[in-house]
Amino acid sequence: MRTRRTWLLLISLATLLLGWQTVIWLVDLPSFILPAPISVARRFWLIVQDGSLARHLGTTVTEVLLGLALGLFSATLLGYLLAKSPTVERLLSPYIVASQAVPMVAVAPLLVIWLGPGMLSKVLIAALIVFFPVLVNTVVGMRAVPEELRALMRSLQATRWQTLRLLEIPAALPVFFGGLRVGATLAVIGAVVGEFVGADRGLGFLINLGRGLYDTALVFVSVFVLIGLALALYGIVVALEARLLAWQQRPDP
Amino acid sequence: MSSLANSAVLSVDRLSVSFTDANGVLHALEDVSFAVQPRQFVSVLGPSGCGKSTLLRILGGLLSPTKGAVTFRGQPLIRPRREIGFVFQNANLMPWRSVFANIALPLELQGLPAEEIAARVDELIDLVGLHGFEDWLPRDLSGGMAQRVAIARALAHDPEVLLLDEPFGALDALTREQMEAELLRIWRLRRKTVIMVTHAIPEAVYLSDRVIVLSPRPGRICLDTPISLPRPRQQALQYTPEFGELALRLRAAIG
Repeated sequence: MRTRRTWLLLISLATLLLGWQTVIWLVDLPSFILPAPISVARRFWLIVQDGSLARHLGTTVTEVLLGLALGLFSATLLGYLLAKSPTVERLLSPYIVASQAVPMVAVAPLLVIWLGPGMLSKVLIAALIVFFPVLVNTVVGMRAVPEELRALMRSLQATRWQTLRLLEIPAALPVFFGGLRVGATLAVIGAVVGEFVGADRGLGFLINLGRGLYDTALVFVSVFVLIGLALALYGIVVALEARLLAWQQRPDP
Repeated sequence: MSSLANSAVLSVDRLSVSFTDANGVLHALEDVSFAVQPRQFVSVLGPSGCGKSTLLRILGGLLSPTKGAVTFRGQPLIRPRREIGFVFQNANLMPWRSVFANIALPLELQGLPAEEIAARVDELIDLVGLHGFEDWLPRDLSGGMAQRVAIARALAHDPEVLLLDEPFGALDALTREQMEAELLRIWRLRRKTVIMVTHAIPEAVYLSDRVIVLSPRPGRICLDTPISLPRPRQQALQYTPEFGELALRLRAAIG
């Protein structure tokens, strides 16, 4: 079954490449509109060799991971407080909801003005984009903890910390992971948006650079690497989920 | 009577409970008094919504009375105590924990060393007959097995009193019979005071030393009677005339 799936994936990729190449053969497009697959591959190899891909990828990955970590940490913490205290929720939820009406892409220039074109502004944009879905899922997850299990923990005189560690975290984890899946891919978007606005490094910067030089092959390479990065992050989250939530999945029939 | 009251494990004195919600005040229990002697098996019988689960939650310290008092060995019962174990409806297991880990939970919360936990859990697994199922997850257990795990978990920290909230309500008739026999066996071995809430009359008569019948809402005690059928009891007892008479009396009291 697994090998069959791998084959299907390979066939679908090959078909895509072939289709792309066919367009190049049939229509006489200049390479700054649509470069041939082979020139994209050559461009890729070039920036791999001179080390610039590693440098730009490294910057973006660092921004994404730091932004994800910051967004996760603050959203889970605030989500826990919101779920625990109706007062905190009533105080803060109007702002949290309103903040979602603000398009992050439009705020990104402000953050770059305030925090400079360095890494910090990108980390913050990524964190802000990650924040909301993780927050919502944390609150929903905490609310999903069965009341009867809470009563059990009370009847066993569990402390607050024990209830958090042994009941609330494991019970909320499935819903929390839903937020994390979305958050992981959003963090990539956040970092790239930040790099578009103002940066001298990163894959977003590379796309901007390629556009300015009519080096469309470079734009293609950057986009593909970004897709790979987002897929890899998503894959890590899914693998982590499968490991931690093994109790939820039925073994394959 | 006063000497009896002094030796009681749990005593309930003029207990009333009411809940206030959007629709007004709901009287769940009114003026309920009784005392439970050590090692007694008491069933609280009543129709749905008579406040019997509420009563059990009060005895478990999970809920506080609106009026009246509950005492455990002479001390006011205001919060859950280690000496009182609770078996919930529908087993109420943690789905991410194995059979072993579910039974170990109360001991883990007490902070016992791992070797001691393992030894005590192994013993409990033997007691409830779940040998070989230690690593199973709750989703793979039948209703009866899940309820065995729940009973073992409630016994883990060796409480004096066991409170059971309609423990076999969700089981099919044959499994239920089996679990009743199991409960009697465990009760005999471990010498616990048991208070069980149920709406099944034969179950109450078959298991108990004493049955307390509650009226429909607000729950008041409308009958409090000893069941002096000889022990040990066998399932066949259920088909004797004495058993039938007692069951009929309880049925009539419910109204």
